[in-house]
Parts: sequence; structure tokens; C-alpha cells
Amino acid sequence: MIGLGKLGGRTWVVTAAALAVLLVANVILQHNFLEPSVIQSNLTTFLPLVLVAIGQTYVILGGDIDLSVGAIVALVNVVTVTVIAGLGGDGTAVVLGLLVGMGVGIGCGLINGLIIAGLRFQPIVTTFATSIVFSGLALWVLPQAGLPVPEPYWRTYAGTIVGIPTVYVIYFVAFLIATFLAARPFMTRLKAVGGQRAAAFQTGLNLGRLRVSAFALSGLFGAFASLCLTGETASGDPLMGQSLAMSAISAVVLGGTALAGGVGGALGSVLGAWVVGMIGSVIFFAGLPFEYQTLVQGLIILAALAGGVLVTRR
Amino acid sequence: MNRFLELAKNPLVISSAAILALLVIGELVSPGFARGDQIVRLLTVSAILGIAAAGQNLVILGGREGIDLSIGAVISLGAVIAGNVMNGSDAAIPLAFAAACFAGFLIGLVNGLGVTYLRIPPLVMTLGMMGVIQGGLVVLSRGVPSGNAAPALMAFVSRSAFLGVPGILFVWAAIIVLMALVLKRTRFGWSIYAVGSNENAAVLTGLPARRIRVLLYGLAGLFGGFTGVCVIGYTGNSFISVGDQYVLPSVIAVVIGGTSLSGGAGSYTGTALGAIALILLQSVLTTLNLEFWGRQVIFGVTLLLLMLLYGRQARLRV
Repeated sequence: MIGLGKLGGRTWVVTAAALAVLLVANVILQHNFLEPSVIQSNLTTFLPLVLVAIGQTYVILGGDIDLSVGAIVALVNVVTVTVIAGLGGDGTAVVLGLLVGMGVGIGCGLINGLIIAGLRFQPIVTTFATSIVFSGLALWVLPQAGLPVPEPYWRTYAGTIVGIPTVYVIYFVAFLIATFLAARPFMTRLKAVGGQRAAAFQTGLNLGRLRVSAFALSGLFGAFASLCLTGETASGDPLMGQSLAMSAISAVVLGGTALAGGVGGALGSVLGAWVVGMIGSVIFFAGLPFEYQTLVQGLIILAALAGGVLVTRR
Repeated sequence: MNRFLELAKNPLVISSAAILALLVIGELVSPGFARGDQIVRLLTVSAILGIAAAGQNLVILGGREGIDLSIGAVISLGAVIAGNVMNGSDAAIPLAFAAACFAGFLIGLVNGLGVTYLRIPPLVMTLGMMGVIQGGLVVLSRGVPSGNAAPALMAFVSRSAFLGVPGILFVWAAIIVLMALVLKRTRFGWSIYAVGSNENAAVLTGLPARRIRVLLYGLAGLFGGFTGVCVIGYTGNSFISVGDQYVLPSVIAVVIGGTSLSGGAGSYTGTALGAIALILLQSVLTTLNLEFWGRQVIFGVTLLLLMLLYGRQARLRV
């Protein structure tokens, strides 16, 4: 435990270790685990959670929380699918659909941010209320699941771009954005807002703008996640992504970002999201009776959350 | 004028006014909405949410970002346990209540221990616990709905016990009186406010802040288990996600009722009014001949407008 004492504030090291253990366990349990196609399929499954968790990180760093991101995922999905179908479903329609989808995500995030930072609302209850509104709008746009996306969309998502699997390109772009933001003054300021709000205010930081930007980022990454899910399901679903918000919060906390704000980073959340996904995978391949899988998964996640908090506390 | 403004900002006044306005709107839209038996029916639905919100109210009052996201899973657990204990037999109703409340209380204690002694943030602790209970429910029920409510329990929730009012409303009224007495008139009640508003000061005056907080989470679980039994009395049988729909509405009822999410201020009377206002709002929206999506959007926007009246955070500039 003495060695662990030096980890103060670095839960992500513990998470990385947990991830390594999970990887070894998975290799033992699933013999073809290291085949490129299996790796790719696992990473594809985890991608939406990874993206939502990255976005959620910024909101949590700023001392807020976004429970509406699941509803944003659904709204972006139905809007994108509808726009693509409405424009005839050719290449231009797909590109426009993607852009409109991202716009919707950012728009939803801006609404959250402006209400919460501008009107001084409580983030938990506010994003719950806006999530009701966003899900309502999603049902208005597309009352029932359906409306397939054109073949090039899902074929590209499952295929490659310039020889590299599309999913890896998306991971790379997400990493790039996260690393870029991590090096910007924005990040330091956001952490100041989350960690010491009154002090940050006294140093003259524009708290409102920083918090609104964080919510907009969460909306944008929610849109990314939604567009990826759309690539997987290849159709519209107004109820898509409902459990993502809660899982993403677990992922962010596992990744070492403090819920109280101020400490952590997006790359840790990526590790956290992988851990959440890998726990499910290991349990599936461990051959537990079906009805015990959810319980074991819940226990492991609770233990991991508690463990992460404990180890970094000393 | 100042007096008037102060009165208009009182959460109890706001939620009472909202309730009256909603009744008037409901009656205008669909005559008969505010008829006696309709109001009793609405109050019955409110009672279930209200009892769940009692637990939520306690942990929120206790401060330190207190919140219980596992309350929905505890409600489901209570319903499943009660259904299996009763299995249609009236004689087993007391045992069903006891078993559900005890299970809820134990889970709440674990939440409380995690939050206080391991210092896990309440949101994370109760979110993790929610996953564990949901998994436990799958094991308990093997994925199929099992157990059903005893006839007397269903009568307790939906049939008249006295003058057209079902038993559950008398129980809720008793809970409201009891909560008010405990919170405002007992040492334990005062210490909840003390711990919730300034924990350090509370500890320095010799209050066992940790034990109080553990107990609050335990009580939240107990109320959740109790709610679960009421839910199965209302629906007749249980499924393992029956409680999910109460999680965030219970928080909203507390906020609309004027309890601050940062703890230490508020009352259960307000929360009860908040629960009634929430159920009335949903019911008015149902009577409006709107499509589902329209109802959802108006519901969400109305919640935001209600929060505009209070529940806002303090300004940083003084």
C-alpha cells in the first residue's frame, strides 16, 4: 500500500492496471481475443461509451453533470436519419446529415449550458428536465424506430477510410481533440471553475462561457456517439442510447475525474469506458449463468468505483 | 409589498399555487377533472411518489451532495420481495412490508457506510448500488415476473377505506405529520439540518455526523422498500424495473418542494406538495389531447419554468 500512496490523484494508473488485468483475463477466457477482427469488433462496441465519456469529462471537470446526453444521442440519431432520407440519401445527403446531427448535439449542449450557467439552475435536475424535452422532440421527429440509412453510411462505418478501419480513425480523431484540448488554457481554466468556483470567479475567469463550452462539448461528443451507433444499427431509433449517460458517469469516475470537479482528464475517461466495456466482456466469456452476469458486473463496477476512490485518497 | 414578495417566494406557496392552477386548468380542459373521486385518485398516485421522495428528501437534507439514485432499484426490489412473500395471501401482508422495508434499510445502510466512511461521492455510490440491485433482481426473479399482490393490499392502495379515501392516503398523511414533527420538533430532526448546513460546526458541537448520515441513507432505503410494496399494491404484480420511473421524479419533487440540493434547508411538507404538483401536471397534460411527444416537451419545459421560481443557485457576486 506504500507504493499506492504515491498515486495521489492518479486514479487512471489504477484503472490502467485494472484494464491490464481484464485484458489478461479476457485473453485466457476467449482464445481468439487478440485476433485483429475481434479487437476491432470490441473497440467498435465500446466506441459510443468512450465518446460520451470524453464529453461528460469536460462537464464534470467544470463541476457540473449532464444526465441528458442519452436523450441527445437519440435526438441526433433521428434528426440525422431523417435529414439523410429527406435529401435523397446520396453522398451529399449523408455529409449534410452528419453535419446537421453534430449541430443538433452542440445546440442541445448549448441549451443545457445556457440554462445552467446563465440562469444558475441545478445541473442534475435541469439536465433531467431537458432530457425529457429532447426525448420528446426525438419522438416528434421520428415516432417509431425505422427509416434505414443508405448503405454507404454503414458500409463506411464498418469498413475503412484510406485503408484504416473507420472506427480507428474515429478513435484517433477523438484522441486528437482530447489531447489538443488538454494542452489548451481552456482545460486549466475549466478545472479552476470546477475545483474552486469562487476563486476562479475572483480571478476574472468567464465562468459562464467555460461552463457553456463544456456542455457544448458534451453535446458534440454525444452527437459523435450517436452517429457511430447509427453506423452500427443502420437506422433511426428515438429511444436509442438511454443507458449511456449513467454508464458514462461511471467511466469518467473510473478514469480518475473527481465528481466534485477540478481534477482529471478525458484520456482517463477513455480508459474508464474500456474498463466498463471489458468487465462486461470478461463476464460474458467467463461462462457464468446468464442471470448472474448483471449482478457480478454491478458488483465489480461498484468495487472498482469504491477502490479507485480509496486508493487515491491516502 | 415586501411581505407579499416574501410570501410569493415561499416554496410552499408556489407549489400550492401551482396545484390550484393545475386543478383549474384541468377542470377547464376536461370538466370533471377536479371532481372528488378524481382528486382522490390523483392523490393516491402522488402518495406513492411522495413516500419515495421522503427518503430522497432526507438524504438531500443531510448535505454533502446527498442523493439516492438507487431508490428506483430499491423500489423494484421491495415490490419483487413483497410479491413473492405475499403471493396473493392477505395474511402475509405485514410480513411483506417488514421484509421489503428491512431489505431497503440494509441497502440504504450500505450506501450510507460507503458515502460516509469510504467517502465515495453519493451519486457514484448510489449509481453503483443501483447496478448491483438490478443485477440482484435478475438473479432473484430469474428474469421472469413473479409473485403478486394480496387482495387486501390492492384495496389498501385503490379502494376506499373511509369516506371514499383509500388507506394509503391516511398512511401518507401520517408520514407527512410524522416527518414534520421529527424534522422540526426533535433533536434528531434538528441535527439533520445542522449536519446538512454546516457539518464541521455540527461535529464541533458534538453531533455524530457520520452516524446520522448513515442512518439517513438507511431510512431512504426503508422508504424505498415501503414504496415498493405500495407500487405492487397499485399495479398488482411486479417486474424488475418497475421502480426506475421514480428515481429522478423523486429528486424533482424534493426540489420543487423547496429543499435545497446543497442540503440543510427545506421541509417534507414542501416535498409532498411538490409530488402532488408533479403528478397533477402529468395528469393535466394527459387530458390535453396531445400526442405523446408534445406532452413530454411541455412537461420538460414546465419543470424548467418551475425551477426558474426557485431551486436556483446562489450568485457568486455579492
